[in-house]
Amino acid sequence: MAKVLMKGNEAIGEAAIRAGCKNYFAYPITPQSEVAEYLVKRMPEVGGVFLQGESEVAVGYMIFGAAGCGERVMTTSSSPGISLMGEAISYISAAQVPAVFVNIMRGGPGLGGILPSQGDYFQATKGGGHGDYRLLVLAPEGVQEAVEMTMKAFSLAEKYRGPVMILGDGLIGQMMEPVEFPDDLKTEPSNKDDWATSGMDKRKSKKRNLVRSLFLDPKELNDNNLALKAKYEQMKKEEVLYEGYNTDTDYKVLIVSYGTMSRVCKTSIDYMKDQGIEVGLLRPKTLFPFPEQAVFEAATKESCKSVISIEMSMGQMVEDVERCVKGQREVEFYGECGGDIPSPEKIIQVIKELL
Amino acid sequence: MGKAFSTPKSMSDNYTHYCPGCTHGIVHRLVAEAIDELGISGRTVGIAPVGCAVLAYNYFNFDFQEAAHGRAPAMATGIKRVRPDLIVFTYQGDGDLASIGMGEIMHAANRGEKFTVIFINNAIYGMTGGQMAPTTMPGQRATTAPLGRDSSQTGMPLRMANILGQLVTPAYITRQAVLKPQQVNKAKKAIKKAFEYQVAGKCFSFVEVISTCPTNWGLTPLDALKWAEDELLPYYELGDYKVPE
Repeated sequence: MAKVLMKGNEAIGEAAIRAGCKNYFAYPITPQSEVAEYLVKRMPEVGGVFLQGESEVAVGYMIFGAAGCGERVMTTSSSPGISLMGEAISYISAAQVPAVFVNIMRGGPGLGGILPSQGDYFQATKGGGHGDYRLLVLAPEGVQEAVEMTMKAFSLAEKYRGPVMILGDGLIGQMMEPVEFPDDLKTEPSNKDDWATSGMDKRKSKKRNLVRSLFLDPKELNDNNLALKAKYEQMKKEEVLYEGYNTDTDYKVLIVSYGTMSRVCKTSIDYMKDQGIEVGLLRPKTLFPFPEQAVFEAATKESCKSVISIEMSMGQMVEDVERCVKGQREVEFYGECGGDIPSPEKIIQVIKELL
Repeated sequence: MGKAFSTPKSMSDNYTHYCPGCTHGIVHRLVAEAIDELGISGRTVGIAPVGCAVLAYNYFNFDFQEAAHGRAPAMATGIKRVRPDLIVFTYQGDGDLASIGMGEIMHAANRGEKFTVIFINNAIYGMTGGQMAPTTMPGQRATTAPLGRDSSQTGMPLRMANILGQLVTPAYITRQAVLKPQQVNKAKKAIKKAFEYQVAGKCFSFVEVISTCPTNWGLTPLDALKWAEDELLPYYELGDYKVPE
């Protein structure tokens, strides 16, 4: 298929449809409202469902209900809205139903701003909602990757019967780039007869299904959380994705960066290469599971003297980087979070100070 | 001679966790009877609330989901929108529906979502142990209103059927009670009618049921029935508040 020029938010909406998702619920919030504005037109064309809920709280549960009866479903929002959906994400994790959440991050805390940010790294990877759960988090670096990750998210959500999050930033949602929608990423929905409340008549067994998260018996709750833990351990083995950039050189500094910020870093690395300075980049594409081993190996390469996490935040992923480097190298941090994306020149200056 | 009494097929044979004298069991049975009579159990999904009825699925024999506190109407919306062929109902108490879930019930009703709500109003929080609800009567004692509800500080009880009946969107909105056999028969008719409207794809349907909570009211089951009759029914008038054309 030929490439088309699309805005990130619209491309994410189209990607969901191409992946076979025909159900979308959302509440407007900048900078991602274009997903809803796109899908309100597209969903009827494919016989799908579009509904604007009364709040992100309600939308989270519309997603839960729809997912619970076995249908592919997605919502999109931005940081403050995702905070409100945190409750539903926790319930969805506990009840083990597949659903796709997209967070096009804006600045925070509070109302923050509407410009791009990576301030929700902790929220996405360390919690957001209550209780013992983890969220599979995919972090695209641009519109094409946002499309591919969105399409893959549905089969991942079904593989693990849980929520999957696409964590982009406002720039990815707002910018236009040429994209294509790979047909091979469209998957058939998995068989959900064992658990979905799809109506007993629809199922061979004719047995009823329950979607629930209340386990008053301590053993039952412990068992449910052990089942969740087993899935997270499997994700760590099977789903880790990352990219190395200029890492086949004898770099002195390793940058760890993701999303929009990593693209700026790549530009800086190219400039410095022309000046004879080798800098490597390790870009996590999955934030959970985090590429622990890859970060460790890249950081402890003999040529590498220091490691720096560069983020559009006040320092969040850096804690994971430090954890993975295990004290073998100094781990520095640079970040800005007001909404102005650090320039390649600024990154070069920061790196040169490290050398 | 035919069988005079049997358990509805949609009810399961479990010991109840509800307190002696609680009217949840009556309403559960009415719901099960209506579903059996309409022959829809194979395509029904119930939604349990947070509250005493969180375990409602232990007493029914069809698909169930369990909501977070107050969110059952949003979950029902999600299910009904993606699977309009399913019959969906929420079963909610007054703390769940009229307090924390006020936003969800108002908007689901106003959108005219084609599902059914069974709303148990017993004027108190049951499961958490007798705290004040939005439906608690002025002067009625609760653990968080030990001197009785002070309306100057906490407002007057919310009459959900009256409020939802004001919405312009077509709906079936009714208030019933299960304090006397005649009321139980009427409530059964209303619950069945609510499901019939849904089966026909007609409108949102809502049945408020004035119920008792002897445990948290500190009354015997019989006294609780009398108290509800004397104190609740004059304020919560029974009858239809909206009927679709």
